[in-house]
Amino acid sequence: MTDDIEKKVYRGRIKVPYKHTGGAYVERFITEIGKSNKILGVKCPKCNKVHVPPKMICHECFEKMDEWVEVQNQGIVKGFTVVTHSTPIMPLEPPFAYGIIKLDGADTDFVHIIKESAPEKLRIGMKVKAVFKENPRKRILDIEYFEAI
Amino acid sequence: MDKVAIVGCAQTKYEAEKIDQTISELVFEVVKKLHNELGITNDDVGCVITGSNDFNDGRTIANMAIQDAVGSVRKSESRVSGDGAFAFVYGAMRILSESYDTVMVVSHCKCSEVDQYLVNNTIFDPYYQRHLGLDQISSAGLMANMYMNKYGVTEDQAARVVVKNRKNALNNPYAHLQKEVTLKDILNSKMMAYPLKTLDFPPFSDGAVAMLLAKEDVAKRMTDTPIWLKGYGSCTDAYYLGNRNMTDLIGLELAAKEAYRMAGISNPIENLDVCEVSENFSIHELMIYEALGLCEKGEGGKFIESGETQMNGSIPVNPSGGVLSSNPAMANGLIRVAEIVLQLQGKADRRQIPNAKTGLAYGMNGICSQGNCVLIFGGD
Repeated sequence: MTDDIEKKVYRGRIKVPYKHTGGAYVERFITEIGKSNKILGVKCPKCNKVHVPPKMICHECFEKMDEWVEVQNQGIVKGFTVVTHSTPIMPLEPPFAYGIIKLDGADTDFVHIIKESAPEKLRIGMKVKAVFKENPRKRILDIEYFEAI
Repeated sequence: MDKVAIVGCAQTKYEAEKIDQTISELVFEVVKKLHNELGITNDDVGCVITGSNDFNDGRTIANMAIQDAVGSVRKSESRVSGDGAFAFVYGAMRILSESYDTVMVVSHCKCSEVDQYLVNNTIFDPYYQRHLGLDQISSAGLMANMYMNKYGVTEDQAARVVVKNRKNALNNPYAHLQKEVTLKDILNSKMMAYPLKTLDFPPFSDGAVAMLLAKEDVAKRMTDTPIWLKGYGSCTDAYYLGNRNMTDLIGLELAAKEAYRMAGISNPIENLDVCEVSENFSIHELMIYEALGLCEKGEGGKFIESGETQMNGSIPVNPSGGVLSSNPAMANGLIRVAEIVLQLQGKADRRQIPNAKTGLAYGMNGICSQGNCVLIFGGD
């Protein structure tokens, strides 16, 4: 930033730590990933769809879901992008990919990272599997990323 | 339905970094300009509704930062935290409920004051998505990839949206980017979120927009060219990206149907003369064509190639140059409304669509058409 601009701006940085209640669904999902490398979903009693990641309410049926189901650690890529821009909150150094992934056994799509930097090595329909973090930190990134099978 | 009109509007020039103006000064510029044009004072304004975003402004209750500039001290005032098109709706309701004769609606954004990637990351839930580092760029890349794969739309077809909108912007004195780009420029620009390249995305802009709404008899006294609200529809799509249908803008489609029903529009291409839409990336505009029913599903690519959405086409889209030319994020929806008002008043100068009688404005909240607001307007 030039000196001219620096003279005119007044800098601020909002640093407000939050502790968001995860709730039973987030808690069990993230805990199982870290503890046993298992990915869980919940099944809607009305439409029978298995939602991954789990949440309390089926948005199609407005029903409470409480039947837990284990799904596979692998699935099919339904969409992907490779990002090259860098931001302070990216978990990997770009370029890397994001994917919309339908895990085997799930009926909804899961959003996560695919560790691949070349778009030509990715395609819709390819199979990927989860790679788990060695030292889980109780967050979605305890699945570190997905990689091609 | 009782009638509510827009009697006038004012915009700033949109620019990358308005370093010499505070947010309040930006807003004062448009509000004072509008007062002067209409020959009114702040006493003639019954109520004020603004649209902005606390995260962008870096303070909660961000509307208090502009209360002097909108003249709302000790006046009825409220705020929509979101796209300015929704602020318009709130303002219109204050008239239709017969609470006020006039309402000032204002929206502003200074993208330059904060890292827009960080602000956009906070759109996502703090459990499943935010830690992945997602933002508006990566989610657009995912959507573009899935849509293009499903319907066989090409990067070349997407680039035509950018060529059109950037060319249109040359005719808009308020537009931020006023430089024509070629298909080659776009296709050769740096890959940003495959399959989208740098020029498939808008700039970040600073700017503000204001308009005065009035009930029927007051509107007719204030102007010879009141522009009437004819239809409104809104619809929100699923929050979690994996719960969206990423290949079709279902939320927008439902919002448009609702607005069309209210306005009595049965054939959008025949009944509408001009559209101003919030296209947040090139492919997005093609998907918007489909959701608005301007063409069949999957035909967005062919539709841009047909030239029908150009200035001289059967349904010009974004004569202003759209978001791809000027992007003061939260104000985009209200700018679309202002541009439609200018078109229907016959005051759009070099970007005027001849004899425009009915127009559509589309504003959007969140990423990838999550919250949708469709508004239909008509002249006398």
